Amino acid sequence: MTETRIKQAHEPLIRITKRDNMGLKKSAIVYAVGIFAALIFSSLLIILVTGLKPTEIFKAMYEGVIGTPVANMGINKKYVEAIHAAAILLCISLAVTPAFKMKFWNIGAEGQVLVGCLASAYCMLEFGGKMDNTVLLIVMLLTSILFGMLWALLPAICKALWNTNETLFTLMMNYVAMTLVSYFIMVKDRSGRSDLGILNERTGYGYLPELFGRSYYFNILIVTVVTVLMFIYLKYSKQGYEISVVGESENTARYIGINVKRVIMRTVAISGAICGLVGFMIVAGDKHSIKSAIVGGQGFTAIMVSWMSKFNPIIMIPVSMLIIFLNIGSKYATSAFRVDNSIGDILTAIVIFSIIACEFFIRYKVNFRKTKRRAGK
Amino acid sequence: MSFALLVTFIQQAIRLSSTLLLGSTGEIITEKSGNLNLGTPGIMASGAISGIVGAYFYTSSSLTFNPVISILITILCSIVGSLLITLIYCFLTITLKTNQNVTGLALTTFGVGISNFIGSLINQQMGGTSVAAFPEIGKAYRTPLPFAENLGVFGDIFLSYGFMTYLAIIIAVAAGFVITKTRIGLNLRSVGENPATADAAGVNVSRYKYVATLIGGAVSGLGGLYYVMDFAAANWQNNILDQFGWLSVALVIFAVWRPNFAILGSIVFGALYVIGSFLLNLGPKDQELLKILPYVVTILVLVFISMRDKKENQPPESLGLSYFREER
Repeated sequence: MTETRIKQAHEPLIRITKRDNMGLKKSAIVYAVGIFAALIFSSLLIILVTGLKPTEIFKAMYEGVIGTPVANMGINKKYVEAIHAAAILLCISLAVTPAFKMKFWNIGAEGQVLVGCLASAYCMLEFGGKMDNTVLLIVMLLTSILFGMLWALLPAICKALWNTNETLFTLMMNYVAMTLVSYFIMVKDRSGRSDLGILNERTGYGYLPELFGRSYYFNILIVTVVTVLMFIYLKYSKQGYEISVVGESENTARYIGINVKRVIMRTVAISGAICGLVGFMIVAGDKHSIKSAIVGGQGFTAIMVSWMSKFNPIIMIPVSMLIIFLNIGSKYATSAFRVDNSIGDILTAIVIFSIIACEFFIRYKVNFRKTKRRAGK
Repeated sequence: MSFALLVTFIQQAIRLSSTLLLGSTGEIITEKSGNLNLGTPGIMASGAISGIVGAYFYTSSSLTFNPVISILITILCSIVGSLLITLIYCFLTITLKTNQNVTGLALTTFGVGISNFIGSLINQQMGGTSVAAFPEIGKAYRTPLPFAENLGVFGDIFLSYGFMTYLAIIIAVAAGFVITKTRIGLNLRSVGENPATADAAGVNVSRYKYVATLIGGAVSGLGGLYYVMDFAAANWQNNILDQFGWLSVALVIFAVWRPNFAILGSIVFGALYVIGSFLLNLGPKDQELLKILPYVVTILVLVFISMRDKKENQPPESLGLSYFREER
């Protein structure tokens, strides 16, 4: 060490410093630029695959989401479907938010939603026809919520008691849930196809009632209520405040007399309960079936939506819409070209990458070297 | 279980274990630098598909087929592919200091998506068959050690695998050696435990994080390549590497961040994963239920090591946190 000469200090070409606070207007511009760049990049990718002209792509994507005017009779089905898909993603994002705000990295939303689905499907098959449909729906709802809650609470209890790593615990719980669902299907299925098809197709037991002629509206209504409640809960309630404090600093929380363990368990239970609710909505209000891939990775996407929206339930609405519309649109635009559906996932990831990269420019300032280095230095 | 069946069971367990071993050795190297890379499933899928791309161009070129060259080309392609996708993660988390969990999950979505996408393109090019398959290359990868057949059961259990199984063990042992016994390893661990201290001691934190994560990504990618080329005999299938990617991440905990333990751990995981199909008196339902074992065992280990709370079995202190000098 004595031999190393101290290099003459000089200013590096690029230096990064922390920003105090960027104005709302400025940060909105940064995000807009980021999303725009992601969209350009995405459409370039689609052009590369399909050879469509850029205008044709956006037309095709628009048709994919909104539906063609010719097929539009009365209520536009496609449009509602897209909104519904966004609502489901939004609801999972809302579910994971309180836990994330507390820095509890619950990446098990996929599994928590899935056990919710499983609970609902089980009740549908087991109690369908044995009780009044309204009672059945309530039983389904409650068991789904209970299971979702349990699935989340198990890691939370271990976290609170022994500081067990919740990221990996919840991740493993996803696969436990998936295996249980495959097992359930094999137990219930007598045809040997490992697929239960549509549950209670003839009887319609345990189906959410239609609102304005569509069962989707019921789900959208539920999600709207959850969004508003979550916004109020996080922003104005005492518990919401406790969540922020625990998230910012556990020591501070302890110092001002918050029971950190209790807050962790309570918040994660809420998180899991909403996931279970989503499971109920998927089975009772949408798919009416069960399979291990029914959540389709949305549990993971929701985590990213929640993060990108800075845990703000209101911002989550446009973000989840952006992700879902891009997904549906790109699938529709490329559907004629026999490429895999995964194009939607790729575009989702590109948007996420660019939005989280934008955060950097909001939090930090990049300084370039102003003066030229003099010779000999 | 008859003896012959037992031997097949061990063989299957070890075959599967190499994927997990490479995947988790890569993740251990990455995590030792303080980066929790949840993009591992995506990286493994990209490593696999890059190998398939190499195989596609090699077999469709006018060159006469040579097994050794086919292996070299696919490995090279795989490494390049994994490095490229890991570079996205590195740039975002190390240079732009984004959240590692979110970036990693996005990387998994991206890597799995892009590999399914390329896989389906190659299927199309190969005449729209359901899978992209390269039987000659699969055979090249699966060629056992030359003297395996003459050694009876010993040969069957220890020498009957393709070269990558041994490569995986060598990489794991080498990684363990470098991490625990060399100065580079010491610096790497200090970066993962406390980057501010490492920085003060003159270690270039960003460089260590970049290099470790990239090497880790390349090793994990080889795990994907092994799975598709050797275990699946050069057949590409969409979405297959997801679960092995996550199992590899789980194995890191099971092995308490030690590559040497991961060798044994991967065989245990492999055995747990395949045991269902060897317990013949179980119905298909119960076999399905047994697939739960690796995950449940991981959870139990995770809870157990957190309960015992021993210093040497804990994750790197600053795992999952970005480092910014001004924030010390």
